[in-house]
Amino acid sequence: MNPQIEKTPLRGKRILVAKPGLDGHDVGAKVVALALRDAGAEVIYTGLRKTPGYIARVAVDEDVDAVGLSILSGSHNELVADTLEQLRELQGEDIPVFVGGTIPAPDQQGLRERGVREVFTSDIPLADVVAAIARLLS
Amino acid sequence: MNQRSTEAQARPLAPGVGTAVRSGIEVPVVVDPTRFPVEDPGKPGEFPFTRGIFADGYRGRLWTMRQYSGFGTAEESNERYRFLLERGQTGLSVALDLPTQCGFDPDEPMARPEIGKVGVSLSNLSEMEILFRGIDLSRISTSFTINGTAAILYAMYIACADRTGVPRSKLTGTIQNDILKEYVARGTWIFPVRPSMRLISDTILFGNRETPRFNTISIAGAHMRDAGCTAAEEMAYTLANGLAYVDELIRRGGNADSFAQRLSFFFYVHMDLFEEIAKFRAGRRAWARLLKERYGVTDPKAQMFRFGVVCGGSSLVAPQPDNNVVRVAIETMAAVMSGAQSIFTCALDEPFQIPTEFSAELALRTQQIVAYESGIARTVDPLGGSYFAEHLTDRMEQRIDALMKEIEDYGGAVKAIEDGWLQLRIAHRAHERKLQTDSGELPVVGLNCFRHENQAAAPEEVFRVDPQASRRVLEKLEAVRDRRNQAEVERVLDRLEQAAGVDDENLMPHLIECCHAYATVGEMVARLKAQWGEFREPVRL
Repeated sequence: MNPQIEKTPLRGKRILVAKPGLDGHDVGAKVVALALRDAGAEVIYTGLRKTPGYIARVAVDEDVDAVGLSILSGSHNELVADTLEQLRELQGEDIPVFVGGTIPAPDQQGLRERGVREVFTSDIPLADVVAAIARLLS
Repeated sequence: MNQRSTEAQARPLAPGVGTAVRSGIEVPVVVDPTRFPVEDPGKPGEFPFTRGIFADGYRGRLWTMRQYSGFGTAEESNERYRFLLERGQTGLSVALDLPTQCGFDPDEPMARPEIGKVGVSLSNLSEMEILFRGIDLSRISTSFTINGTAAILYAMYIACADRTGVPRSKLTGTIQNDILKEYVARGTWIFPVRPSMRLISDTILFGNRETPRFNTISIAGAHMRDAGCTAAEEMAYTLANGLAYVDELIRRGGNADSFAQRLSFFFYVHMDLFEEIAKFRAGRRAWARLLKERYGVTDPKAQMFRFGVVCGGSSLVAPQPDNNVVRVAIETMAAVMSGAQSIFTCALDEPFQIPTEFSAELALRTQQIVAYESGIARTVDPLGGSYFAEHLTDRMEQRIDALMKEIEDYGGAVKAIEDGWLQLRIAHRAHERKLQTDSGELPVVGLNCFRHENQAAAPEEVFRVDPQASRRVLEKLEAVRDRRNQAEVERVLDRLEQAAGVDDENLMPHLIECCHAYATVGEMVARLKAQWGEFREPVRL
């Protein structure tokens, strides 16, 4: 266990980790899900190939504190916009959304402007991911 | 710390060097042959092929240089292929977009955001005809990274050859067609495990007869490796999947002495040089032994472990991306010293985006420099007989055997995958590896050591797929649907669906017929789903 994240800053939080679209790369989603769980959160992982509508519905029904979207197929702009839209339709626009994956720098800014709270790429240490989400939810 | 590692070591350990290879196998500082007896590796070209499958190594023929490529529309990809062939590439490797890989037509809602993003969109034969325009299929070997819809793309390739007058017997190339690892790591599954295994057997048995020079499966460890496996696990799980295919083919009446000649393998080469070389030497020996001892295979061609590799993947990182060229060069040397049959070198920006023309050319140049300037291809298995290489090969084989036994004890690869047991294990391994990278225990230069504030964060040139590609793909699909004989399409699709309901009927002739009629990938998949249903992913954390 890494000493940097042995504390449990996310105790009592429910977080949905989701894979929108057809991308099958789930290592990042699973690794982040495990790190969030180690940090005390209750994590719901959707599994692969979910529609933005499904993800928004689960987020609202399960009353989660945050939604993490993992996308490595290059379709992040479309899929994130669609998920945010679906969340709004279900009155879930207050649920903070964070995104992980292969997101080129210019697109990271664009996603933030659309309302995404944090963007993580694979070179960011897990301790920093956990800390950023803990700040987001504090 | 391991006693053996420290014996000859008077001084404290230098930081970052370590005493074990990345699979966790401790290595001695000196391999003293009187204390570590090694197995006789035999001769190249002879059972158990530790030293390579060909007695003359690369002298008769170098490896195939095959850069994975494809994006956007068939027209754009055709242009990139001609670019690579003009620069001396010797085989094509087709990257397909996710809708094609997952069996959706471009106009389905799930497909629309993904059209042409990670590969080329090929929804029907007319697109493949465009993709290979001006390229002679009887002279070029083509590899397709395709799994869930592999049988369909293979049928399409055959139909494409039929149309251009190329005899099927002349086709060379590979379809990946390894569904087991898709459930574990890559995620482009469609149907449940058992009907998927049947579809794969159909392609292999059909291919043995109709396209004898075409590899109808490439059993792949690469994606499991990138998902978190160690080198030893990558080899062990791949061989375990290989055995599952052999069992299924024998159950279908196949003769292992014949079909095993067309089985091929595909792996990553990551950065631990000798570990990688030992992995391939051990894997080659383990596979030959399994075929001989377990299945009684006697034809040497059917005992041979033929493999392609990809250098790069998750061993490459975004910070200081130019460093990746150095990593890929070292990995390419490992691949050559291991006797790989084909090599794909990742471009420096490949882990984050589709390579630009500049980075794609540099990646190809890397292997050309290893091939034509370094001289390491001259002598087969140049490390054979090295105390260390043989010692590590033996240790690696023991580790592979132990890992395979674990799967066997669980009930075999198919059960381990259906239950999600293997997926869970790999996810935990990936988590471990990420924590080791975060802490610096696994040094990655520019990422977790020797960083400085002004270093480049990511490649400067960003490749973008033409945003109009998706619109053009949709327009072309509509035009094909208008143009084709709809009654004929329905008739052949009906026949396909009926045949899918009969267990021992080979579906390949039906799929080829569907392709000739310009039925789409999505239409064929829908008919197969009607018979077989869809895979339900075991989600475990």
